[in-house]
Amino acid sequence: MLLKGKKAIPSDRKQQESEYREMVNRIKPKPPLLRNILGAFVIGGAICTLGQALINFYLSFGLDKTGAGAAASATLIFLAALLTGLGIYDSIAKYAGAGTIVPITGFANSIVAPALEYRREGMVFGVGQKMFTLAGPVLIFGFVTAWIAGLIAYILK
Amino acid sequence: MLTTREDKIMEYFKAFVIGGGICVIGQLLMDLTSYKITPAHILVGFVTGGVFLSAAGIYQPLVDFAGAGATVPLTGFGHLLAQGAIKGAQEKGLLGAFGGGLEASAAGISAAVIFGYLMAVVFTPKGD
Amino acid sequence: MKAAKKIGQQTIAFANPPVISGASSIVGPKEGKGPLGKQFDTVLPDTLYGEQTWEKAERKMLRETCQTAIKKAGLTIHDIDFMMAGDLLNQIISANFTARDLGIPFLGLYGACSTMFEGISIGSMLIDGGFANYVLTAASSHYDTAERQYRFPTEMGVQRAPTAQWTVTGAGAVVIGTQGSGPAVTHVTVGKVIDLGISDVNDMGSAMAPAAADTIIRHFRDTGRSPADYDLIFTGDLAGIGRALTEQLAKKAGYDLSKNYTDCGILIYDPSQDTHAGGSGCGCSAVVFTGFLLKEIMAGRFRRVLGVGTGALLSTTSSFQGETIPGIGHAVAIDAYNPGG
Repeated sequence: MLLKGKKAIPSDRKQQESEYREMVNRIKPKPPLLRNILGAFVIGGAICTLGQALINFYLSFGLDKTGAGAAASATLIFLAALLTGLGIYDSIAKYAGAGTIVPITGFANSIVAPALEYRREGMVFGVGQKMFTLAGPVLIFGFVTAWIAGLIAYILK
Repeated sequence: MLTTREDKIMEYFKAFVIGGGICVIGQLLMDLTSYKITPAHILVGFVTGGVFLSAAGIYQPLVDFAGAGATVPLTGFGHLLAQGAIKGAQEKGLLGAFGGGLEASAAGISAAVIFGYLMAVVFTPKGD
Repeated sequence: MKAAKKIGQQTIAFANPPVISGASSIVGPKEGKGPLGKQFDTVLPDTLYGEQTWEKAERKMLRETCQTAIKKAGLTIHDIDFMMAGDLLNQIISANFTARDLGIPFLGLYGACSTMFEGISIGSMLIDGGFANYVLTAASSHYDTAERQYRFPTEMGVQRAPTAQWTVTGAGAVVIGTQGSGPAVTHVTVGKVIDLGISDVNDMGSAMAPAAADTIIRHFRDTGRSPADYDLIFTGDLAGIGRALTEQLAKKAGYDLSKNYTDCGILIYDPSQDTHAGGSGCGCSAVVFTGFLLKEIMAGRFRRVLGVGTGALLSTTSSFQGETIPGIGHAVAIDAYNPGG
């Protein structure tokens, strides 16, 4: 039997689709889970350890806890931005996966990468507009949920 | 507060293990859904997840325990937002709930935007 | 009344098989390092090719490969009646802008990665129909232009799925004419758009395999031929997973492809090049066909081949809206010598 066009025979089609999906699943390679987990753990952990070292470094300069935390974040963000600009961050990410996405450096990368990518489309419609293609949703959902948390705190006060 | 050498090593060890562990959760979310969950989803999910955990009072103990291991991952960014908004609401009322989150995270966001802009001016994408 | 040159349901049998009189290929540095690297006419030193943007670089590749193909056919631009080309970028800008530069009457094509074979199909019909003496058909793709349009910015740190394919940086062109001594296009089987419900954008091979298999099976039914009639059967760019699925689907229909079937997406890269499932993009089948397979045919190593260009007909909009991925395949049967000429 030939494969049917999309809307040819609906009931037959459902079965054909599920049969095919099974066939695909049998053959599809799985991601190298153990290697990926190890990469994410080691590199993600290393970034956090660097963050801890930076916090301690700024604390030793007499900054308070909040200040040292903010300074450490800004430093990590700068380093991630620089590595993205140099084209190194995505090479590390190949091995680290979520290890380079989940830390604050991943947020920085998600802002710098499109800014860099679209500069050829100009400063306003390129860099300016595209900078938040990935970070925009993060800020939107972050702000809205935080606002709700604040609202609840206000009501419960 | 004076800390001994062992305390320092323990502090780094905890940051490494907890930070790495949080990243592994992100990795599992992507790998086990055969990449239906994209990096964009991870970024959004971890920040909002951090807000929820923080509002529920679960995240602060983790920060106290693991230090940078809990603040560097994006869940820590969500924690910052939530605590800012909650503190704002408690201290300044309703208006504080609007401003608190952004106030607390302003430095980080501005840093990312400014460095992002500067890098875009200085570098060109390398491609592959 | 039955159309004079149509056989079966979807196949055209040419009365005077059009001849491929010139072909050219150009690839990026990564493809140049692949197993076929030495076969291509030009290997770019870098992906920008002296231009300001990757899009301009893609256009330059397409333009140069068109010019070389015309030259290799021993013709000038004025001898070409029509040009057909396509690429992956929105509104097929690479093809449109190349046509602007070349000044040949132009028909733009979009068949995703099947574009080259869609072009050869229509071009051959124009020739055998008596509408043209020479037709130029070309296709191009570029890793970085495709990546930024379809996926993430190139510097974004993301891990690629093991099923993902690597968009080939390259362009290929052929000149098809009424006569000459080159390989001849004897049959064309125009494919249907087939969709078996795959929606994973990281797994194009699985999305396209049913379309490829459908066209291959239809070609055999329409022509009465079998896999054994061909020295080689190759698909456009299904890569490793899609190739295996196509083989299985064909087997279900009673056609054994295990002996002489391969895929351009597998041929172009070495497994060590970290491209995961293999190559894809309009340029993939275009350069493997023009740079390698056509030369093998002309050298007499293959007497008769069946090429199936395959395309995944999705857009970023359709995939964000949760649509499944429709696929298409166009088959072109080529004989090493021209029986009429």
